[in-house]
Amino acid sequence: MRRIAAIARNPVAVALVAGLAIAGCASKKTPNNAGDLGLGGGAGAATPGSAQDFTVNVGDRIFFDTDSSAIRSDAQQTLARQAQWLNRYSSYAITVEGHADERGTREYNLALGARRAASTRDFLIAQGVAGNRIKTISYGKERPVAVCDDISCWSQNRRAVTVPRGAGS
Amino acid sequence: MKKLLKSLLVLATLAAMPMVAMEPALARVEIDVNKGVIEPLPIAVTDFLGEGLGAEISSIVAADLKRSGLFAPIDKAAFVEKISNPDAQPRFEDWKVINAQALVTGRVSTAADGRIRAEFRLWDTFGAQQLVGEQFFAPMANKRRVAHIIADSIYKALTGEDGYFDTRVVFIDESGPKDKRLKRLAIMDQDGANVRYLSKGTTIALTPRFSPTRQEITYMSYESGQPQVYLLQIETGQRELVGNFPGMTFAPRFSPDGQKVIMSLLRDDGNSNIFAMDLRSRNTTRLTNTNAIDTSPSYSPDGSKVVFTSDRGGQPQIYVMGADGSGQTRISFGGGSYSTPVWSPRGDLIAFTKQVGGEFQIGVMKTDGSGERILSSGFAQEGPTWAPNGRVLMFFAESAGSGGPKLRSIDLTGRNDQPIPTPNYASDPAWSPLLD
Repeated sequence: MRRIAAIARNPVAVALVAGLAIAGCASKKTPNNAGDLGLGGGAGAATPGSAQDFTVNVGDRIFFDTDSSAIRSDAQQTLARQAQWLNRYSSYAITVEGHADERGTREYNLALGARRAASTRDFLIAQGVAGNRIKTISYGKERPVAVCDDISCWSQNRRAVTVPRGAGS
Repeated sequence: MKKLLKSLLVLATLAAMPMVAMEPALARVEIDVNKGVIEPLPIAVTDFLGEGLGAEISSIVAADLKRSGLFAPIDKAAFVEKISNPDAQPRFEDWKVINAQALVTGRVSTAADGRIRAEFRLWDTFGAQQLVGEQFFAPMANKRRVAHIIADSIYKALTGEDGYFDTRVVFIDESGPKDKRLKRLAIMDQDGANVRYLSKGTTIALTPRFSPTRQEITYMSYESGQPQVYLLQIETGQRELVGNFPGMTFAPRFSPDGQKVIMSLLRDDGNSNIFAMDLRSRNTTRLTNTNAIDTSPSYSPDGSKVVFTSDRGGQPQIYVMGADGSGQTRISFGGGSYSTPVWSPRGDLIAFTKQVGGEFQIGVMKTDGSGERILSSGFAQEGPTWAPNGRVLMFFAESAGSGGPKLRSIDLTGRNDQPIPTPNYASDPAWSPLLD
C-alpha cells in the first residue's frame, strides 16, 4: 500500500541521443615565449647569498611546454645557475614547487606538477646539489601566477619554482 | 554540528479516497525516461495548506520537479479550482482544462510534540485517480528534507525511477583572487540550500568524495604541508589521515562498500600510481606500476573493476582494470585527451572530462568505451559526479573571463543544463547517496 500507483513503465535504459559529432584533433599549443620573468627589484641590488639574490639574480623558476615535464634548454641554463648558487651557499635547503596551467583537469595536473618538480630536482642533483637538501611539492593548477585566460598566462603558469629555505646568509 | 541526518522521518500511507479508482491499468500519466527527447510533463503543484509553511514546502517540491527537466509545473495563476480540502477528491475537469496531467495537493501542520506533519496526494487528473498519498513527521529543522522526500516520491511514481532530491553535495567553495584563492570544503543540499563549511580555508582542500555507506567524506588537503588524503566524519568533524605515505597522496574515492579508499600515490621518480587502502586493516594494495601518471580511479558499483586516467600512452586517456589491477585496458579512443572518469552508480556508463580542440567537454561512454556522447562543451569544465539514480551529472564550469568556476548539472539527454547556486565560486562537486 505504500505506493498506490502502479503505472506501467519501462525499465530504465539510457536515453541515447544521436551521437554528437566529435570533431577536431588534439590541439598543441604553441610553445610559450615567457622567457625570464623580470622579477621586480633591480638586478644586483640584493645581498649576495640572500634569498632575494637567488630570486633576482639567479632566477627562481623555469617553464615547461604543454603537458610536458621535460627540462627545456632555456630552463637548463637557469637550473645550472641555480645549482651553482646552491653549491656555493650550501646552508640553504630548497623546496621545488611544481605547477601546471589551467588547461588540464585538477587531479591530473596535481600529478603533472609533481612530475615537473621531480624532473627539476633530478636536474639539480645531476648538477651536484645534494638530494637531501631538496623537497618537492606539487600545487597542480591551484596556484597560478598569471591569471588571464589565454596562452600568455598559461605559459607562465607551467612552471617549477625553487624556493630557498632555512638557514642561509 | 547539527544533527541533520538520521532524523526520524515517519512515513505513513494516507488512506485512498473511497471514490478513487485504484485500477493501475487506467493510469494514463507517465513519463517514459527512455525517450531521447522528453517533453516535460505538465504538473500542477498547489500550495499546501497550513500557514506559510505549507506553501514553502510545496514550492520546494515544484522547484525540484522543474529542475529535473522531466516536469513543467504550471503557473499557479492558471489554476481554476482552489484546493480548500486536500483530502477531498479534486474536480479533475478543472485540472484537465489547464492540461495538468498530474496534480499535487497537501497540508502541513505542527504536531503536539513540535514536529511538522506533512501530507500530500498525487493525482492522475486524466485517469481521475489518486496515485500516491503519504504523510511524514519530521523536526522543523528538516522541513526542506520533507519537501525533497515528497518530490522524490512524485518522481518515482511518475517515472518509475528513484529520485535524487533528498541528497546533498559536498564541494569546494572558492573565494578570493585567483592567484591566492581560498579553497574550503563545503556541503549543501542538492538544490544549493543549507550551505555549511567543513574546513576553515586556511589551507587548500580539494576533491571531496562521499562515502556510499556513511556520513563520511574523503578529500585531499595541504594542511600537513604535503598534499595528503584525509577522511572526515561529517557529523562530528573528526578528521584522520589516510595511510602514512612518504609522498603526496591524491585523487581519493571510496569503494562501493565504503571499506576502502582508492587513490594515487606519488612515486619518488615523479610518476603516480594507484593504490587501494582497506580502512579496517590499513593494508594497502598497489594496483598499477607504470612509469606514467595513473590517477583519478573510480570503482564500478559492484566493486569488481576500476576505471582511471593514465598518460602511459603519451597523453591522458581512460583505462579500465580489475579491482586487483589485472587486465589494464585503454577504452577511450575518440581523439583528444580524457580524464576524471567516474563510473555510474547504475553501472552502465562512465562519465568523463575530455579536452579537444581547445575546449573541455563533459561526456559519457559505455564501460567498454563505445557509444561516446558529449553532453556539454565549453572553455573549461570538468569533474563530473553522478546523481545516485545515474540520470544526472553535476560538474564545474568556467567561461573565459568569468573569474572562477560554478557548479552546473546536466541530464543524460544533454538538454537540461542547470546552474546550481552557490555563495561563491565552486568546484569539485560530489553527490551523496540518497539520505536515510
